[in-house]
Amino acid sequence: MKTLDAVIAESPVFAGLTQEQLEFIVGCAQNVHFDAGQKIASAGDPADVFYLIRMGEVALDLEVPNKKAVRIDTAEAGQPLGFSWLIPPYEWKYDVTATELVRAVAFDGACLRGKCDADPVLGYALLTRFAQVLAGRLQATRFRLLDFYGTDSH
Amino acid sequence: MAQTLTETAGSLEAMTPVPYAVTAKRQDTYDTWTLELEPVDSAPIVPGPGQFNMLYAFGVGEVPISNAGNFESDERLVHTIRAVGAVTKALCAAEVGTVIGVRGPFGNTWPIVEAKGNDVVFVAGGIGLPPLRPAIYHVLKNRKDYGRFALLYGARTPSDLVFLDEVKSWQCDYDVDLDITVDAGDTDWKGKVGLVTKLIPPAQFDADDAKAFVVGPEIMMKFVAQELINRDVPAEAINVSMERTMRCGVGLCGHCQIGPTLVCRDGACYTWDEVESLIAVKEL
Repeated sequence: MKTLDAVIAESPVFAGLTQEQLEFIVGCAQNVHFDAGQKIASAGDPADVFYLIRMGEVALDLEVPNKKAVRIDTAEAGQPLGFSWLIPPYEWKYDVTATELVRAVAFDGACLRGKCDADPVLGYALLTRFAQVLAGRLQATRFRLLDFYGTDSH
Repeated sequence: MAQTLTETAGSLEAMTPVPYAVTAKRQDTYDTWTLELEPVDSAPIVPGPGQFNMLYAFGVGEVPISNAGNFESDERLVHTIRAVGAVTKALCAAEVGTVIGVRGPFGNTWPIVEAKGNDVVFVAGGIGLPPLRPAIYHVLKNRKDYGRFALLYGARTPSDLVFLDEVKSWQCDYDVDLDITVDAGDTDWKGKVGLVTKLIPPAQFDADDAKAFVVGPEIMMKFVAQELINRDVPAEAINVSMERTMRCGVGLCGHCQIGPTLVCRDGACYTWDEVESLIAVKEL
């Protein structure tokens, strides 16, 4: 079984950080698990934590008034979950539920925010990495707007 | 052995629809039907994997539809059709006993026999699964001749997924690494949500030893090919099916021309290195 240090160091989202930066991040992390069906976060909750999924799958749902909730995305093993810890007003935007047994690393986002404010080099490093995650999500959303599977008209 | 009429350009045989009767019909989704067809008074057409037929709704028009049946064991023609225009709506409305016209088969075939000994990766988008079925049936029938088998399937919503029960049975019976995603679901959907490209990084196959077969809209195939290349699958090992406006089926009319190639004659199956530069040309 990999140590927390190894899991974090091998994650693409933390790739390229210095040993010192990684050690600080590891100090803000702990292993967690969620059972299938367990709510991980609710929209509007303070986003003082984010996750790196090690195993399993989570669903991101958006409540739509007078309609069934829409499942807008899922996140799987190897992916980071949550970026609202880095962006004001630091609130979860979606309901997040484990759809199966999930093992993850939880990070104390509030602690890391403070460290990022105090250490701009670490702050910039984390911001650029999470900006890549955000850009990937934005691109995927735009592709979905293209309606990949749209119809021809024969 | 698969036939092709593409090389008989200009002949009466290539241009004359043969009467086929609808012998079975199944609704797959809210807008998609599968028709089984048998010849009224002629020898059956035997299409190969990846080939297409021109289906003629008399009095309405003719459209190219990929073969979706098992070419090795089934003498019936099987075509899965999405009702989106006048001709496809007429075909989908055809009841059992209705006679339609069939020309074909046209085009080349998937190099599925040549992929023997390799891992195989099938990536289907939307109604792209039916054109892959003949090649999939071949791999299933000869499962021991192939390595790992990944089937990655994306659709707009759960209700747009076709042949879902059959696909799940493949997973259980033939050791298929099946992964499915939809663009949008609801909380009843228990699978993944997101682009089909997200299924490629975790899929179980050896990139150095894999042959990929991809069918879907061109924009989807473009991003799928990029993701496969990101996993070090060579462009020449990525096979795609181009869907352009085929009319004559024999390379005469030019409706399906993309640059130097006529899809009905030279395709519809190409390797990615053959078409990547063509797809990149605006408005081509």
